[in-house]
Amino acid sequence: MKVKVHLWSGLRTLTGGLEKVTVDAANTGDLLAALVRDFPQLAPVIEAGVSVAVDGRIIASSLTEPLGADQEIYLMQRLKGG
Amino acid sequence: MALDDRKTTDFKFIGSRPDRPDGLDKVTGRAQFGADAHAPGMLHGAIVRSPHAHARIISIDTSKAEQLDGVKSVVTRADFAKDLSGEFSFVLENVMAGEKALYDGHAVAAVAASSALIARDAAKLVKVDYEILPHVTDVDAAMADDAPILNDTYADASVPSGLHPNVVRYHDSGHGDVDAGFASADLVIEDSFKTEATHQGYIEPHACLATLGNDGKGELWCTTQGHWIAQKTCAALVGIDTSQLRVTASEIGGGFGGKTTVFIEPVALALSRKANRPVKIVMNRSEVFRATGPTSSTSMDVKIGMMKDGTITAAQGIFRLQGGAFPGAPMEFSAMCAFAPYALENVKQIGYDVISNRPKQAAYRAPGAPMASFAVESVIDELCNKLGLDPIEVRLKNASREGTKASYGPRFQRIGLVETLEAAKAHPHYSAPLKPGQGRGVSCGFWFNHGGETSVSLALSEDGTCQISVGTPDIGGSRASMALMAAEVLGIDYENIRVTIADTATLGYNDVSHGSRVTYASGLATIKAAQDAVEKLCKRAAAKWGIPEDAVFWEDGCAKPSGANAGNFDPVPLAELTKDMGATGGPISGHFEATPEGAGVSFGTHIVDAEVDPETGKTAVVRYTVIQDAGKAIHPTYVEGQFQGGAAQGIGWALNEEYIYGEDGRLQNSIFLDYRVPVASDLPMIDTVIVEVPNPGHPYGVRGVGETGIVPPLAAIANAVSAAAGVRLRHLPMSPPRILRALVAQAHEG
Repeated sequence: MKVKVHLWSGLRTLTGGLEKVTVDAANTGDLLAALVRDFPQLAPVIEAGVSVAVDGRIIASSLTEPLGADQEIYLMQRLKGG
Repeated sequence: MALDDRKTTDFKFIGSRPDRPDGLDKVTGRAQFGADAHAPGMLHGAIVRSPHAHARIISIDTSKAEQLDGVKSVVTRADFAKDLSGEFSFVLENVMAGEKALYDGHAVAAVAASSALIARDAAKLVKVDYEILPHVTDVDAAMADDAPILNDTYADASVPSGLHPNVVRYHDSGHGDVDAGFASADLVIEDSFKTEATHQGYIEPHACLATLGNDGKGELWCTTQGHWIAQKTCAALVGIDTSQLRVTASEIGGGFGGKTTVFIEPVALALSRKANRPVKIVMNRSEVFRATGPTSSTSMDVKIGMMKDGTITAAQGIFRLQGGAFPGAPMEFSAMCAFAPYALENVKQIGYDVISNRPKQAAYRAPGAPMASFAVESVIDELCNKLGLDPIEVRLKNASREGTKASYGPRFQRIGLVETLEAAKAHPHYSAPLKPGQGRGVSCGFWFNHGGETSVSLALSEDGTCQISVGTPDIGGSRASMALMAAEVLGIDYENIRVTIADTATLGYNDVSHGSRVTYASGLATIKAAQDAVEKLCKRAAAKWGIPEDAVFWEDGCAKPSGANAGNFDPVPLAELTKDMGATGGPISGHFEATPEGAGVSFGTHIVDAEVDPETGKTAVVRYTVIQDAGKAIHPTYVEGQFQGGAAQGIGWALNEEYIYGEDGRLQNSIFLDYRVPVASDLPMIDTVIVEVPNPGHPYGVRGVGETGIVPPLAAIANAVSAAAGVRLRHLPMSPPRILRALVAQAHEG
């Protein structure tokens, strides 16, 4: 399934200037793997830890959250707190 | 009706205010904190710390210390793990210096001896030869071309070329066209701001008791917000398998984010391994200030454009955070939280993580957000003043709502910012008259909140009481909240539920008590574990009655037949089912293990009245009101306590607290006499209003409340003080000397 992923603008330099990319993914784990596969320069960013927002719900770490084709998906900095 | 669908207010226990179960222990001294642990044959550890801000370690001679009677072991960096990478390597470098001492107070060696006094004497006998290097402690100076380089390998791939090696990470995000947005504004204001580093100021210093024997097995007792992360980190730093170390969290005398990492614990383990005796280390206050993690200091530029009607047309922020000598300053959270309260078509935020010769920063409630909020909300206040607009109406006009595209990207789910602003507008505080010399300030604030790995185990006893094991240290009354949520599901009294913080060997993995996650995540897990137990109780009742399991439901603490067709049976209370549980199938317990991903974000709005003495620059906060969305307040008293605590710490941060470094790069104010936290006489009664807009990701609607409350105070107080003083204050803390300088400068300009 093709899903569109919005990246934060600082990642443009790692994706050839793209802020929104389309990858093949059924869940959040697939999504991160596909991003690394299609844009290898993102690997250090993703390995350092990222979160994924799906329709506004921020998924801090789960790799098993299912994704839908029409969902709004954002890659975000890894969330933590004090 | 499934409990997960229950978003109603017909709770029996939730929302009540019983005494906290750990309260009596804490007020009578029975509770065991970090420094209360003892063990037979225990040694005392002391740490040798660098007196220099930046120095190469030429040699360390421990021989005289080792010869002192009573000294049992001495460790240096050579006694820790080799070849660590990533965050563990930074933590180890911070726990025990390698080639260089990177800040005043950096640990370079440690000793263990039969008494604390001998250990301190022995520490003084460790001879360290240093080559003193140039240092830098200010964030802007650390980014300058001629700044001393701390480490030229720390910068990651995010950093644009051409920046100083002290800039180690970079973030930019946003959407729209800010230049076009500024061009369409009626008024654009751009200002620069600074905030100084502050410490979390927890009352209990770091303390631990460690045992690491010749068999490679270890025990660690320590004050921590997360004993599983302490276990993982300590094991890595001393080079043993994680499973060989059991960690027990003591009661905790405050953390606020500062106890989410380790400092002395790996050192105590290394000393213990070498001496083959238990080793206790207790920091003094000066060590806490010099060598644990304060928050970042900042330098920020914020530019906002506004129409005459109050519509924000564009916003831009640049946030430079120094995080001490290692990467990790939370600049991305500054950037992402800065403009989150507002629906903006054009927004851009940039963050820089800068290293300097200061201790490694640690989390402090909503890391990075309060400082960014200070800058942004100050500029909004200036715009309101110049355009003659009401500050709450302007914030309402621009407020983020459900469906708003957040400044950090995605669209918000159901959020409660507007409700907090409406409550602020309606609050008597907002319309109360001010006395001459007083000013009023308003600010909004935002924090994400967090879920994280969570395990809960719940066991029923034969007498019908309940024992709950959670893995999140109780830093804000969470035992009470867990007991209330379990009581709600089980239908038994709050007093019949005991909540214990389990150690790392007796429960599945738990993330740290951080991210305002405990009431949300451990609460969700407690509810699910209780539901698991209820399901088993219903099965026992079904077997007793000889009817199908799905013909039984649970209500008011009893199993009941689901209707006339199920049979005519009297309800069976929980205690009656547990009384015979050994003979009807065995002990009954419930479990839940998951990583909940539904933590809802939260917003708050604060109103502050302050007055300034123009003769001395002394500020008094005379009235303070916190309004915040809690989703659902499980125990309202502890929610209010979190609100008040955030405001109190914010008052200290805004008015007095700061790390002051001398020209020599040494910390000048490392005790509470010189680092001034607010005391009771500095604070007004802090009024609170709990707004409840349920979080769809929690069975009862809970949102975290621990962090959002410290986001608005810096700006709200700065806006009030600026109004009272008649001059805009852009540098925190607004200490009397800084206010006087601003007044004098304005007089000269005028």
